[in-house]
Amino acid sequence: MSRVQNAVIGSVRTVVGWLPERWLPGGSPDPLIGRHGEVGRQLGHLDGPLKVTGAARFAAEVPLEQLCHAALVHSPVARGRIATLDTRAAEAAPGVVLVLTHRTMPRLEPVPLISITNMTAVGNSALPILQDPEIRYNGQVVALVLAETPQQADFAASLIDISYDEAPARTRFEAAKPQARTPASILVERNEEAVGDAEAALRQSAFQVDAIYTTPGHNHAAIEPHAVTAAWTGDRLVLHDATQAIAPTAAALAKLFDIRREDVRVLSPFVGGGFGAKGFWDHHVLAVAAARLVRRPVRLVLSREAVFRMVGGRSPTEQRVALAAEAGGRFTALIHTGYSVMPPYGACPEQYTLGSRALYRAQNVRFGQKHLDLDVVPNTYMRAPGEAVGSFALESAVDELAHQMSMDPIELRLRNDPEVHPLSGIPFSQRALAEAYRQGAEAFGWAARNATPRTRREGEWLLGMGCATGSFPYVRMPAGAVRIRLTRDGRASVACSAQDMGMGTATVQSQHAADRLGLPLAAVSFEMGDSDLPPAPMAGGSGQTVSIVAAVAAAATKLTGELLRLAGNASPLAGLRAGEVRLQEGGLVSLADPARRDSFDAILSRAGREDITVTESAAAPLEMFKYAMQSQSANFCDLRVSAVTGEIRITRLLGVFDVGTILNPRTAASQLRGGMIMGLGMALSEEVLFDERSGRIMNAGLADYHIPAHLDIPEIDVRWTGIPDPRSPLGARGIGEIAITGVAAAIANAVFNATGTRLRDLPLTLDKLLEEEGA
Amino acid sequence: MAISINGRDVALPDDPRVSLADLLRDDLHLTGTKIGCNQGGCGACTVLLDGARVLSCLTLAVQAEGRRVTTIEGLAEADQLHPLQAAFIAQDGFQCGYCTPGQICAAEALLRELAEGLPSYVTADITAPAPLSAEEIRERMSGNLCRCGAHPGIVAAILQVAEERAA
Repeated sequence: MSRVQNAVIGSVRTVVGWLPERWLPGGSPDPLIGRHGEVGRQLGHLDGPLKVTGAARFAAEVPLEQLCHAALVHSPVARGRIATLDTRAAEAAPGVVLVLTHRTMPRLEPVPLISITNMTAVGNSALPILQDPEIRYNGQVVALVLAETPQQADFAASLIDISYDEAPARTRFEAAKPQARTPASILVERNEEAVGDAEAALRQSAFQVDAIYTTPGHNHAAIEPHAVTAAWTGDRLVLHDATQAIAPTAAALAKLFDIRREDVRVLSPFVGGGFGAKGFWDHHVLAVAAARLVRRPVRLVLSREAVFRMVGGRSPTEQRVALAAEAGGRFTALIHTGYSVMPPYGACPEQYTLGSRALYRAQNVRFGQKHLDLDVVPNTYMRAPGEAVGSFALESAVDELAHQMSMDPIELRLRNDPEVHPLSGIPFSQRALAEAYRQGAEAFGWAARNATPRTRREGEWLLGMGCATGSFPYVRMPAGAVRIRLTRDGRASVACSAQDMGMGTATVQSQHAADRLGLPLAAVSFEMGDSDLPPAPMAGGSGQTVSIVAAVAAAATKLTGELLRLAGNASPLAGLRAGEVRLQEGGLVSLADPARRDSFDAILSRAGREDITVTESAAAPLEMFKYAMQSQSANFCDLRVSAVTGEIRITRLLGVFDVGTILNPRTAASQLRGGMIMGLGMALSEEVLFDERSGRIMNAGLADYHIPAHLDIPEIDVRWTGIPDPRSPLGARGIGEIAITGVAAAIANAVFNATGTRLRDLPLTLDKLLEEEGA
Repeated sequence: MAISINGRDVALPDDPRVSLADLLRDDLHLTGTKIGCNQGGCGACTVLLDGARVLSCLTLAVQAEGRRVTTIEGLAEADQLHPLQAAFIAQDGFQCGYCTPGQICAAEALLRELAEGLPSYVTADITAPAPLSAEEIRERMSGNLCRCGAHPGIVAAILQVAEERAA
């Protein structure tokens, strides 16, 4: 499939490359770009009052009659088989309604895996769920207990007596390397790429860096644990879910439980953080199956430990980056290769080399990734999959090379800033990394940095500054529809099954719809979070906003046509076609002669209509193939390191983002700061501790997996170039993920500047620093 | 005996294993109190017990017998927003909103602790009343995790209310 995919994608690029721009989405810039309206205004989250009063209801908070509560039992071994299983004590415990094991679980097909080509497929794991006595990873669910109360369920789960015949498991990263797989493609890109002879160029160049960078597993650690409340009425299912993928989840459940798609309703109006974790996992299937068996609503809330054990995180990586330059700074070789874990039953490669392919021009390059098969819960996408850890390796190496060459690291980067995509030769739609660095260096006071490490000191504290580039591709999902209902009083409701994990989806889409439909913000509402609405794509790839914007724009065009048709010959606009008018100030206005206008009220009144409703899908995202569309950022860090303890404290962070139009500066700044904070956690403290002997995660809790706390967080300044992308809807490119990229490298580079010690293994903890310095 | 929850007397649960958090959420449907880890690691379940902050997931409901519990639903007067709730909106002190009620309850207790002059880990001089500063707030809020990264807004909101009260 991968090789076929490479051929298909290659053909699409070729064909789209030949097509004239005007035939493509993005061929002529979105007319709303640069127009001053609701888009671009500071607007707080519209759901703020619900969230600060506790009135926002999350998936585990829907009251239902006859509700029963589930508890899970997990395997403590990585491979083997259930030898003995005794559920009698659990079944006899007070309040128990059902004990579900592989003996009693209905037989179900595997869940179709999430894919680029099938937008309704959503599974993260192809492993069977309670279908047999086999154990395939440590933490796998082996039993579910339903009881009248959560306390009764938890207690009964502790009474299930299981013994295992253990089998050898593949749990060691290093040992798996000889059997590593080399996939043909990584997402939509060909995996292995080479131009020239990078190894030879590396050997022959005046300056070179060749190093291994390692990053541990990471956990999304959204504060809301995964939860579902499932209720069947006959063969109809309602699922209250915490999900980033409402419509795909509904489709997957319909297929799995063999019911009609329209008989499944997934509701997810609020999601307590996602970051990639809130996809489709075993708990969906378990809760829905259990609820059907007992004919009662079931609530399943994962324990925090279960979130670590049965929902995958970001894979650990071991990356080689080799970089060489001639004396003038031009890169002669760039090699980025490595290993990450991706079991064959998973679906989400950690694409850590993809960012490097777009970021620099080098005469000779080589890229390629290898997958390690381990017996673990399948890893999944986590905020900026690939780029978050890939940028740590690449941007550390660039800093190392700059130091070796005694060149300013910003200067070295800009000397290798490409004019066109370095591999494909396709032009960038918009790219202003140099401008981001110019703004950032000035705002941050980069000139005050002393390029010689370990030269600035205050008492026990060594001071340092570092910078690094971040990047993330533009993604618009190849699916998605919206419905617009316009009423005679000039109000519109826009609806689709969109998700909000805290980004402000409804807020920004309301702003957009107001501008697109020519209505004041107060006249627009945005409905979402419900699979009964027209299907939106999943929230991922930082692509939800532009995907929905494109669908709303398409629906608005359709609405314009329908209104013109209704307006008829009595209209001042009679004779005009859809392309000759626009939606403005509560009506249609002639583009050529703004005096010719007809209000929505007048049009609908003459037609004897109260309202008009249209549903439309966005055009295929061909702009992604015609142009190289990539966001970039310049990250700066100022920190201090204790010369006594090695403790690293960040003083300030600055990110300057070149991400196209910023739709709402308030929500955007908040989201960008949030991404940088997650990058700070990745740099300094976050690490899934994996016991390679047992295949078990040792720190499966928020007390032991250390995400940044308030006192860890310094002053954070975020800015943007604000240059619209002429090829994307509204000129926007998505901001959910880029802010985490480059942050860890900026911090590691600042640690080097402060101490003269180069750490290439995340997280950057004081023990590693002291050990390196002692060495 | 009963527990006074947001001014209303509530009977103790029959099952002594029921935590205060579960009583609030499952029995009383006061779901503004969140559970993030059920292990005392995240602070999402923070409520006020006789005005002081506690982790309701680590507090058995029976421990609250005869005491006053205030949750996010009981913080404000009638339909008004509590000043902290208004400040969290004004300063973008949240994204997903899940840790928010716990942050706000912790902040209310924090303001009281500061007003009482209680020192913290970052207080330089513990013999004098702790000063009002962003760093004091950061330290005292560090038991309340946020994953969206709304920390700067949270600290700004609390500082805003603290300054309003001090004025």
